[in-house]
Amino acid sequence: MQSFLQQAVFGIQLGSLYALIAIGYTLVYGVLRLINFAHGDVFMVGAFVCYYACTRWLPFRDLSADPAGATTNIALAVVVLIMAMAVCALLGVLIERFAYRPLRNGLRIADAHFWGLVAALPVAVRLGPFSHPGVLLAWLVIGVAFGYALRPVVAWIARRSVRATSRLNALITAIGVSFVLEYGGLLVVGADPNFVPTIVPERVYVLPGGVRVGTPQLAILAISLVLMLVLRYIVTYTRRGKAMRAIAHDIEAAKLMGIDTDRVISFTFALGGALAGAGGALVAALTHVKITPLFGLLPGIKAFVAAVLGGPGSIPGAVLGGLLMGLAEAFVAGSKASAFRDAIAFCILIVLLLVRPSGLLGRHVAEKV
Amino acid sequence: MVRVRNAVVALGVIAVFAAFAGGCKKDQPAGANDTGDIVIGEYASLTGTTATFGNSTHRGVQMAIDDANAAGGVNGRKLRLVVEDDQSKPDIARTVVTKLITQDKAVAILGEVASTRSMAAAPVCQQYKVPMISPASTNPAVTDAGDYIFRVCFTDDFQAAVVGYFAYEQGYRKAAIFKDIKNDYSVAFAANFAKEFTKRGGTIVGEQVFQEGDTDFKAQLTSLSAAKPDAVLIPGYYSEVGTIARQAREVGLKVPLLGGDGWDSPKLVPGAGGPGGALEGCFFSNHYFSKDLKEEATQQFLAAFKKKYDTDPDALAALGYDAGKLLVDALKRAGSTDSAKLRDAIAATKDFPGVTGKITLDEKRNARKAALILQVKGDRFGVFKSYRPEEIGQ
Repeated sequence: MQSFLQQAVFGIQLGSLYALIAIGYTLVYGVLRLINFAHGDVFMVGAFVCYYACTRWLPFRDLSADPAGATTNIALAVVVLIMAMAVCALLGVLIERFAYRPLRNGLRIADAHFWGLVAALPVAVRLGPFSHPGVLLAWLVIGVAFGYALRPVVAWIARRSVRATSRLNALITAIGVSFVLEYGGLLVVGADPNFVPTIVPERVYVLPGGVRVGTPQLAILAISLVLMLVLRYIVTYTRRGKAMRAIAHDIEAAKLMGIDTDRVISFTFALGGALAGAGGALVAALTHVKITPLFGLLPGIKAFVAAVLGGPGSIPGAVLGGLLMGLAEAFVAGSKASAFRDAIAFCILIVLLLVRPSGLLGRHVAEKV
Repeated sequence: MVRVRNAVVALGVIAVFAAFAGGCKKDQPAGANDTGDIVIGEYASLTGTTATFGNSTHRGVQMAIDDANAAGGVNGRKLRLVVEDDQSKPDIARTVVTKLITQDKAVAILGEVASTRSMAAAPVCQQYKVPMISPASTNPAVTDAGDYIFRVCFTDDFQAAVVGYFAYEQGYRKAAIFKDIKNDYSVAFAANFAKEFTKRGGTIVGEQVFQEGDTDFKAQLTSLSAAKPDAVLIPGYYSEVGTIARQAREVGLKVPLLGGDGWDSPKLVPGAGGPGGALEGCFFSNHYFSKDLKEEATQQFLAAFKKKYDTDPDALAALGYDAGKLLVDALKRAGSTDSAKLRDAIAATKDFPGVTGKITLDEKRNARKAALILQVKGDRFGVFKSYRPEEIGQ
């Protein structure tokens, strides 16, 4: 019984992280019917923002030398969380604007400059590490030059492209963006594992019955809960949230009603990005795993499964799916069959989808032919 | 006309990209096998999950080659080391070794540390009949790829047996195992540890697995903790061990943790929460090299390495140096770069004075050497014990 409760505690902690990422998948799926495969990598970027903020950017105190620095560190940790959320929200918006929107609305000349900067990355890293301001400047210069060079190409494509692109194109683009983030990350920060040092004091409480709960787990749980409640408020009560739901219902009708769909879609990506960023920062700072540019892959896939499990498009479904995935993983991993933890989690998904093809809380929508 | 102009500009852009992509490769001189420089290929994990392994080893190898060139080269010819990064990935290791052999015309290949990657590249070397010397791959199956594959370190049969023997000697009677199921090194290590430990009279009270890339180990660790072991063996790499140790302490598993040479990295302690963190006082087995050893060869190498790189070498740097030295010695004895003669010369290596102990290659092309048990103290590793193969009946 004790070990059952103990595994449940770990499962809920893991599940709340999956839920945070899964919400991003489900929000985007709701408005665009697009599976944003780059979402797991946005989570990775959140973890890296946390790593750099904790080790370089912010004046964290060394707790082993200076235990009195705990209050300063906790205050700074909140700043880190907000930074990670802001950076990832911006990243979400950029991905939508420069990768997915051109597929819906056609390429614009301005797109050339963004992709020019991206294309300049591999050239700039040959000159030296990005921490050097000269390299950063060189990157900007080369990027702008590439941007101008790309303008005629973009103009040429823009004249020729057919706007009515299929969903498959958007999906393949999403996989491409995911690769850009992963391998761009490898170019910029390298593949060495990084560890976030202990920044806030950690304590473990032993509950009656012998169940152990640590402050990191409580913090992850509490912060995810608060973020989910804030999200719920935004989606249910604000104008933007209502517009999001309208678009999810019927994007053409929403357009006719005067909703600026592009802005609302941008906003959706910002929301999803912020939640993934928060998840990344929490994992990096509180579970002490190694962070590499490829580390968003596995959590991303599991969160995607959680979103499908809960019913794509449904926010409570994503939370429920995340918790189920986390619990299933913890129970299997804690049993004798730990080698099969992912296999069993995915078997649950298959069985559930056989019984409920549109997910636990998803609405069944007849395919329009 | 606008169209034509745009097309020309587009072609120009493509040309610029092509120039950047092509400009990064320097043209290699055609690999002449009897005149000019002797090309030696090295593949190493210079980036990726085990980057510190590759960089340490490469420094040792480079030093051995530089030493040989400073002493006038081999048989009147200079040596040239061509290094390729395998990004800590087995499939890339296979690709770059093929490139080293077919394009750079390397007469011998040095590498890798991780057994999984050595096992990926060894069949390539065997196929082209180019001798390969692994500095630090300890999985017994590495040299099974064929008679052109050698190593200058001990194997996991021995290393894991040392840890099993040591664990029993320390008074541990109940041990648990937490291994990386996708890692050849980890799985073989766990099996050999269990064999020796139970042979002495200990029992394995729990076994759980993880995978490289997992973020949460607490569920498995809790279940191991319920079995109340005296010690837990974690035969993984440093990139995971620190996180596992921290999460183990978090779930209340406070017993000593044991490991192998995969722990040996300057990043081990930072990953475990810094000096005095979750790994303080834990033990791992390693190759016979440490700053604390008073042997003359060790101290000479230490001083020379420090002078060259301004940092202390770890065991992998020493093994890389030994692998390079042994190859240079074999090239001299072979008197040519003919692959069959070179292979025979390497195979005939006897009592070669390496900095990690005397190296004699046996009929299975493995080295028989002593092993150390190191203890984590602050941010350094102190020598706790050492075992020769005879001592534990191997």
